[in-house]
Amino acid sequence: MTAHMRLGFHAPETDEDLSQIVLEAAESGTPLEIMGKGTKRELGHAVRAGAVVSTEAMSGITLYEPTELVMVAKTGTPLSAIEAALAENDQELACEPVDLAPVMGYAAGEGTIGGLVATNISGSRRILKGAVRDHVLGIKAVNGRGEVIKSGGRVMKNVTGYDLARTLAGSWGTLAIMSEVALKVLPVQRESRTLVFFGLTDQAAVEALCIAMGTPYEVSGTLHLHASVAARLSDEGLAEQGAAVTLIRVENFPASARYRTSRLRQALLAYGPELELDPVRSKALWDAVRSLQMFQGGGNPLWRVSTVPSRAARFVGNLARKIDVKAAYDWSGGLIWIETPSLTDAGAVEIRRQLAEFGGHATLIRSDAETRGATDVFQPLEPPHDILAAKLKHAFDPLGLFNPGRLYRDR
Amino acid sequence: MSTLPLPDPDRAVLARRNDVVKQLKKLAPQAVLIADVEGRRTFEADALAAYRRLPLAVVLPVSTEEVSAILRFCYENHVKVVPRGAGTSLCGGATPLEDAIVLCLSRMNKVLEIDAANRVARVEAGITNIAITQAAASQGFFYAPDPSSQIACTVGGNIATNSGGAHCLKYGVTVNNLLGVRMVMVGGEIIDFGGHHLDSPNYDFLPLIAGSEGQLGVVTEASVRLLAAPEGARPVLIGFDSAKAAASCVAAIIASGIVPVAIEFMDRPAIHVCEHFVPAGYPLDAEAALIVEVEGSEDEIEYLLEKIEDIARDYDPISMRRSQSDEESAAIWKGRKAAFGAIGQISDYMCMDGVIPLSALPQALEAISLICRKYRFDVANIFHAGDGNLHPLILYDANDPGQLERVELCGAEILKLCVELGGCLTGEHGVGIEKRELMYEQFTDEDIDQQVRIKEELDPSWLLNSGKVFPILGRDALKMTIDLTNLGAAPPGPGEDLETTAEAVLVEGEERP
Repeated sequence: MTAHMRLGFHAPETDEDLSQIVLEAAESGTPLEIMGKGTKRELGHAVRAGAVVSTEAMSGITLYEPTELVMVAKTGTPLSAIEAALAENDQELACEPVDLAPVMGYAAGEGTIGGLVATNISGSRRILKGAVRDHVLGIKAVNGRGEVIKSGGRVMKNVTGYDLARTLAGSWGTLAIMSEVALKVLPVQRESRTLVFFGLTDQAAVEALCIAMGTPYEVSGTLHLHASVAARLSDEGLAEQGAAVTLIRVENFPASARYRTSRLRQALLAYGPELELDPVRSKALWDAVRSLQMFQGGGNPLWRVSTVPSRAARFVGNLARKIDVKAAYDWSGGLIWIETPSLTDAGAVEIRRQLAEFGGHATLIRSDAETRGATDVFQPLEPPHDILAAKLKHAFDPLGLFNPGRLYRDR
Repeated sequence: MSTLPLPDPDRAVLARRNDVVKQLKKLAPQAVLIADVEGRRTFEADALAAYRRLPLAVVLPVSTEEVSAILRFCYENHVKVVPRGAGTSLCGGATPLEDAIVLCLSRMNKVLEIDAANRVARVEAGITNIAITQAAASQGFFYAPDPSSQIACTVGGNIATNSGGAHCLKYGVTVNNLLGVRMVMVGGEIIDFGGHHLDSPNYDFLPLIAGSEGQLGVVTEASVRLLAAPEGARPVLIGFDSAKAAASCVAAIIASGIVPVAIEFMDRPAIHVCEHFVPAGYPLDAEAALIVEVEGSEDEIEYLLEKIEDIARDYDPISMRRSQSDEESAAIWKGRKAAFGAIGQISDYMCMDGVIPLSALPQALEAISLICRKYRFDVANIFHAGDGNLHPLILYDANDPGQLERVELCGAEILKLCVELGGCLTGEHGVGIEKRELMYEQFTDEDIDQQVRIKEELDPSWLLNSGKVFPILGRDALKMTIDLTNLGAAPPGPGEDLETTAEAVLVEGEERP
């Protein structure tokens, strides 16, 4: 039967073509690897597929209404094209998506908007403005039965039926192949200013970041870098301190940004704010953070850990007693990027043992293929959640055609 | 007579009523169980009062464990369950069925934890929306979603319909502020989704649960994001001589890079009714008014309001009044939030909830006015303009048996218009029974089948809130068959009539709040 399906690479240009490919795959029992430009292909388990379906030929912005804060684009549209179109109207993706491409060895901006939604990896501003998924308004997709389905729409509010659009965000191409997404966009943040602290312990830094988040000043970035991580920043003034660096960003109209950083400085006097970065330097710094500059270049394993901020420092502290870790805390401690030495399991056992105590979950972002093959890249699920995940998968993709093995090796 | 059918009751279940009641009492000894007719009658409808059914029994549990025991029993005995919070649904989301028990969460109303360091509140699902902010205010926090019914509606209900509110332009709707839920699945299994952290491992069930109208499980606890309260907030009230000018002004404000915390729109009839209900200085000579609110320090507020007023000047406002005090701001918002109640004082009404792209606003308002004239109803428009979520209130007389059917058809036509303009049937109220048969206007068979497959994976016997959300009559059932030539006497010109009524009723001093 497999003769019905051309193996190899498919790049359909329309929903109908995409649907046809899925129907052929269903008929011939051919599993499909789903991707955009493939910049995150080395993230997650290798997919056991007979053919590859890329959205790259479904590209282009289909609707952009700046006064309605909405953009609709085909999922194969490069992120860089989306951001360029938004910038022309002084708008942006408010979740400040992390560009993983450089740490994965690709050029910045090369990934697609579909890949961003499918992986839901939000950046520093997530703490103020919400995650990628929070800005998804609607989707068009092809499910595992080859049916073209839509959910949501292009308006800001919509509770008509179940929200399949946001449910597909972060599903890593395992439920349906998205062909179009509608996103809420926001005006650019006018001016960025950053308070800098040097040499704080992890515990003190997270405390300071949480205090900042508890103020009314709409803090949009809260980061704490171990000295070894800060040393890799291109901002020499920060890199050359030889100390841990803690950053608190405010973005607003110029007068507001100045007022708010001064208030924050007062509120955090006890932590000894040492510098205030001007808008140009502040923006350059956070752009570097957005593409994880501090973890580029090396090949050591890189983890992304989500936990409760107040427990973050103790979690890293305990972990550091077992393995040599270099950490960057984002989201006031709720998100931790952890670089580990190249151990056989990339530190998976120890990280997850600690997380079992502190609560949270860990994803292995970068590692060599051998480690990846032998380690649970995504957080293993407890049995009840595993059963529910299987049910959701079955509702969308009953034959298990899409990205088999990508998230979990047995599914 | 109501026009939307509810599923026929299962006679075998009705025959077992006494046994069901007896078993429930045994299973959930701490729960309040209401089995007498008078008691059950209190729960026979939600805020869509035209639809009533006497449920088998009403049970008000006090714990997740009791909810679990009740659901397991219902699952094993094939008894349907209608989850309910405060019953404020305007679309029949909590309308009971005769062969169902109503599972009312209103006694589960505790704040379990205010975690200030991580800015999370963990609450039971039956707590009212406003009670979260009240519990967190002393530490400088608030819970952002603020539906107009927030003093009554529950967080569980907010999750079921993914509620928004006036301030969601800036802060997002329920799903954007929800970090975790504890949910009891139909078989009684208790599952925690999410937690106090900001993203989910593997599939994210929270957006699926938010807005699923109680059909996938019963949420008993929620962890929600707390935000630091702003230093201050102040609205400006701007009157225009046309809806088009007001709509263009909204677009211009957003294009300027300012996202106010709220932009509310009121048309002439709504302005008049609200002003008579809560005198707040609304511009009585305007065709449309905007309440635009910004937040920040005094200086920031001044700066932003000046910018907004500058923009508004390009659209020839006939009045522009910046609130000068907290009392004045409170009065302006009180009028807006009491609007539905105020209109309810002078007439029965049907509240629509369609959403349109903002650019279609003038066109939509004109078409709504024409549709209502065709069906011979007055209409008042009050809505969240920043996000295009319309709330036309169609005024009718519920005591006139012919009018309910006519008003439903009128409403359906308005919602179809919203879909045609690129919007959707419901922005924050949910589908319930009210919009169930209109789902085909927005969705294909494949779209609906995909949703149904999820329902069937999680609730294969359709025990949870069945008869809601999905069409039960089939694609062509709700054809407009009404004879438009026989709609009764035409009312006088639109709008004026309503204002006169408002003045007549309210100036006499009846029921001021």
